[in-house]
Amino acid sequence: MSVAIRFSAVKKRFGELEALKGIDLEVREGEFFALLGPNGAGKTTLISVLGGLTQADSGKAEVLGSDVQRDYRAARRKVGIVPQELTFDPFFTVRETLQFQSGYFGLRRNHAWIDELLEQLGLASKADANMRSLSGGMKRRVMVAQALVHKPPVIVLDEPTAGVDVALRQTLWAFIQRLNGEGHTIVLTTHYLEEAETLCNRIAMLKQGELVALDDKAALMASHSARVLSLRLFPDVLPAALQPLLVSQEGGAYQLKLDDCGTLEAMLATLREAGVAVQDMEILKPDLESVFLDVMGRKRG
Amino acid sequence: MQGFSTLFYKEILRFWKVSFQTVAAPVLTAVLYLLIFSHVLESHVEAYPGVRYTAFLIPGLAMMSMLQNAFANTSSSLIQSKITGNIVYILLPPLSHLEFFLAYVLAAVVRGLVVGSGVLAVTMWLAWPEFKYPLWILAFALLGSSVMAILGLIAGIWAEKFDQLAAFQNFIIVPLTFLSGVFYSIHSLPAFWLGVSHLNPVFYMIDGFRYGFFGASDVSPWLSLAVVSGTVVVLAAFTLQLLRTGYKLKH
Ligand SMILES: Nc1ncnc2c1ncn2[C@@H]1O[C@H](COP(=O)(O)OP(=O)(O)O)[C@@H](O)[C@H]1O
Ligand SMILES: [Mg+2]
Repeated sequence: MSVAIRFSAVKKRFGELEALKGIDLEVREGEFFALLGPNGAGKTTLISVLGGLTQADSGKAEVLGSDVQRDYRAARRKVGIVPQELTFDPFFTVRETLQFQSGYFGLRRNHAWIDELLEQLGLASKADANMRSLSGGMKRRVMVAQALVHKPPVIVLDEPTAGVDVALRQTLWAFIQRLNGEGHTIVLTTHYLEEAETLCNRIAMLKQGELVALDDKAALMASHSARVLSLRLFPDVLPAALQPLLVSQEGGAYQLKLDDCGTLEAMLATLREAGVAVQDMEILKPDLESVFLDVMGRKRG
Repeated sequence: MQGFSTLFYKEILRFWKVSFQTVAAPVLTAVLYLLIFSHVLESHVEAYPGVRYTAFLIPGLAMMSMLQNAFANTSSSLIQSKITGNIVYILLPPLSHLEFFLAYVLAAVVRGLVVGSGVLAVTMWLAWPEFKYPLWILAFALLGSSVMAILGLIAGIWAEKFDQLAAFQNFIIVPLTFLSGVFYSIHSLPAFWLGVSHLNPVFYMIDGFRYGFFGASDVSPWLSLAVVSGTVVVLAAFTLQLLRTGYKLKH
């Protein structure tokens, strides 16, 4: 499968601050890719480099083989970016906004697709309303539609669901998943890790301008966080032999680290020998949030 | 081409939707200037033999209005887009630097021409400004508006706040236009100020423009044409270079 986005050794400073410290990253065509990281990690800066809004100090970025600087016109036709900041032009209506955006991409007769975007994003009833009169969530929908007017093969969404209602999140993700199913490559940044966990199949994590994790979701979850065995015991005493495995103890349940299911047998045997009965048992799967915290915590300092 | 025409149309629509402020207001201002100055000076000043002062004043005021509005259109559009952040929707599409430049400048020229025509349409009933050489009139209207539209683009790119833009306007644009012979023939000036006026490109715009109306001017219209065209070329080259390097528009 070919490469949709390629960053090679991209560096960017803002004065003293090294916002990007040499990022190497590839997103393959057709992927649903999450770019995660705490505030200030450099996600937006990286996306701005991709869109040509920011010039990297060194390194290069390509969209489907087109360099975003040397071949900027081709690169921009292939990518649609939803910026993080909520911005709009107060002079125009929703439909005018989309028609202009379409025209900037060289598309004159684009009414059918614009109508479909309005429909799919729940904007049809607001088509002739002035941008100023829309709620924040509605403006965000228009921003998504603006990024999609030229049917870009690569779609980048920078925190599209920050501060928006559940209804928009659902309509938005249903539509984006449909586009992904039709072959569009999707890159998103979000603070809602469960969103990334359900939607994405590959994940990169950025911290202070450095890439600290990059893998398939399944591999990342498997490698970065062991499962946890949750036990309720009678009598309520954890045998000394199992103490080293204790992760936490809450509400009368012991959370033990479970490296692989093979060790479960031995743990149960230890309990039996100590004369402790198992009242309740649960194996907790790691979620993306615990992986995220693990990765961000481990790389500290 | 489609990208250019869309951006051009958007810029036109932007001022036309608020034409009460962007067209009607400047026309009214120019008419008030004319009424006041002609009332005070009509009987005292004769700029050119056989030309009434009121008639003499009309092309100057029309040109001044065109220049100020061409400047206002590009500069206010850009600074608003920069401050609200919606400039990203212009920077993300595959518009070339030339398309960007031409769309902004030509839309501002259109606003200049609309305002200038408005001023003439209202004031010519007060004193007939002859309209001797319409082609000269048109040429200087287009070139003069272009110069100011490009300066507005430069100011809009450079300024980060509204007060910086206001400073550019108050300390550069207004003095250049007021000290250019809008209200007087520069031949009435002392030698020193006459020399200074000859360094001001706006003087040539107004002098050449006025030649188109009366067939009389302070310097040859060909000289004015050369100076104003040269100014357009130099400013355009400079601005395209700014756009190419992404000065202040890209981090
Ligand atoms: N235009 C700018 N000027 C100065 N510093 C900036 C600029 N843009 C971003 N930064 C800084 O670069 C770092 C990365 O920011 P950003 O890419 O927005 O992070 P993220 O999107 O991951 O939250 C932050 O420390 C931010 O303050
Ligand atoms: Mg960000």
